[in-house]
Amino acid sequence: MIRAYGPALALIGLAALVPFAVSANTVLNFIVFALIIALAAQGWNLLGGLAGQFSFGHAAFFGTGAYAAALLQTRYGVNAWVAFALGIVLAAAIGWVIGFLSFRSGLRGSYFALVTLAFAEVLRILANASAFTGGAAGTLVKLDVRPENFQFVSRAAFVWIAVALVGAVLLMTIAIMRARFGAWLTAVRENEDAARALGVDTLAVKLKAITLSAAITGAAGALYVQYFLYLDAGIAYGPWISIEALIAPIIGGIGTAFGPVLGAVALHVFGEAAKLVAGGVPGIDLVLYGLLLVATIAFAPDGLMGLLMRLGRRKTKEAR
Amino acid sequence: MPSTAPRMRPGPKAASPSKKTVMFAPDIILAAVLNGLMTGSVYALIALGLTLVYGVLHIINFAHGATLTAAMFAVYVAQTMLAIDPYVALVPITLLFFVLGYGVQRFVIGPASHGEDRNILLVTLGLSIVIENAMLSIFRSDTRSIDVPYAFESIDLGFTFLALPRVAAFGVALLVALLLGLLLTTTDTGRAIRAVAKEKTGAALAGIDVAHIYAVTFGLGAACVAIAACLLMPTFYVTPRAGNAFVLVAFTIVVLGGMGSIPGALLGALFIGVVESLCGLFFGESLGQIGIFLIFILVLLVKPTGLFGARA
Repeated sequence: MIRAYGPALALIGLAALVPFAVSANTVLNFIVFALIIALAAQGWNLLGGLAGQFSFGHAAFFGTGAYAAALLQTRYGVNAWVAFALGIVLAAAIGWVIGFLSFRSGLRGSYFALVTLAFAEVLRILANASAFTGGAAGTLVKLDVRPENFQFVSRAAFVWIAVALVGAVLLMTIAIMRARFGAWLTAVRENEDAARALGVDTLAVKLKAITLSAAITGAAGALYVQYFLYLDAGIAYGPWISIEALIAPIIGGIGTAFGPVLGAVALHVFGEAAKLVAGGVPGIDLVLYGLLLVATIAFAPDGLMGLLMRLGRRKTKEAR
Repeated sequence: MPSTAPRMRPGPKAASPSKKTVMFAPDIILAAVLNGLMTGSVYALIALGLTLVYGVLHIINFAHGATLTAAMFAVYVAQTMLAIDPYVALVPITLLFFVLGYGVQRFVIGPASHGEDRNILLVTLGLSIVIENAMLSIFRSDTRSIDVPYAFESIDLGFTFLALPRVAAFGVALLVALLLGLLLTTTDTGRAIRAVAKEKTGAALAGIDVAHIYAVTFGLGAACVAIAACLLMPTFYVTPRAGNAFVLVAFTIVVLGGMGSIPGALLGALFIGVVESLCGLFFGESLGQIGIFLIFILVLLVKPTGLFGARA
């Protein structure tokens, strides 16, 4: 037990101490944002990394979580914490529907990537055109800084909430990987036909994976809107989040529990550094993201986690 | 990725939607259909490149849209800085993009993906991010267009006018599709491409250099979008994201026509062009695209092999 969960618990504990060590708002902002991306990436990793189903449209879940959390508050006066929870539920529901439609028709590989991309685009166009979501002008959540409104004076509170969510998903991912469900996910990833032949209900396994995945990424969306208090169709359903959610696990180590978190943090440290070096040239950080993605696939298919493991193994060898 | 619907600047007297009139005169509908067919012909070129690469490599080239954007900027630079007319630039730019496409597949995508389909998908996605944002860094997000003297010339059909550049695009696009078909059916390279598409191990055993054929196919795909860019630029604008909107439409076309099918891509493109034009006429500009996506999702869910596709 300690061997399996110890490193995760230690990391969570360390992360929770960060607000005591750092008080600069820019740093805390950076941490919250990186953790929101990490959460979205953890969701992607569950479906893409563990079950091998590459989605190019996780924005559909991020956006649904975000819009649900925002609109329930602004339009129906629902309490922010309740809206947050309902946002996760609605994202999970969208995930189940998209999963049911596409997995039932047997879509895999390129086809699954395309259909998820298309769903996210349809939602983006609808959200951009509809008056209910505030259209192209977007939606503002009213600023009313009280804990019962899920708004806090100190940024540290958001750091702790983000750490708690990312930590919970981290522990859950480890638990899944140790459970029978995790073995089924691996079986589906490695050889779906063989898994089915051995009696794994692959449709049910994939549906469970996409629903859980959507819920996690939806939580990232709901947290995003609660932190920034503003949302439009481009932020919620735009391709940027689909890409971030996919790159982070691949850079960090696809299909590992720590990969998405490590990847998201590394990617954003790298992005900030690139922005410093390149100055005000727009897009240069994303050029580097893209190059990093290609280079990772080419030279380090197991990502940063793979590199760390290799380093660790060499160290233990030398110690002997 | 797309931020705006790909919409041509309306030709002279293009039908504009009005909310009050429910019925349209037949000649307005006919004009919309003709305009749709001409838009569809450019879609066809983009879709041909996509379907060709899918047919052979069995992956979707997610860098296709970024390639189109890059080609459109190449046309823009040729016209504004070197004063070369887009129709003259068509030949050198097409050749340039063939070579670029060949090189990228041979020296980047091939080696980087270790022969795994999933990796090819991700590498092309990575390349699209790189190209798109490199364009953004160089050209910024301004909307740019070129001025050519014949941009507003038109042909009078009696009941409607057709913009000359779009008629030219229609003709060239059909010609290119024909040439591509001939290339695939009558030349040795074409036969090799079809052999690799059917069975790559068998083709390799028969002495075909599979890596070379992959790269040639990729080059042809890039050449197709380069031609499309030359035909688009006289009547369209370019931004660092311009290509993606077209490519999402091209995805729909390729799925509708059947992945890997060339006649499917051609007919699908003309059909989608008309659907888009009519949706724009009846439902207004902003929702015109929804029709396309709904067709896309519906086809993917109901018949992923498309109308002409052989396999899923």
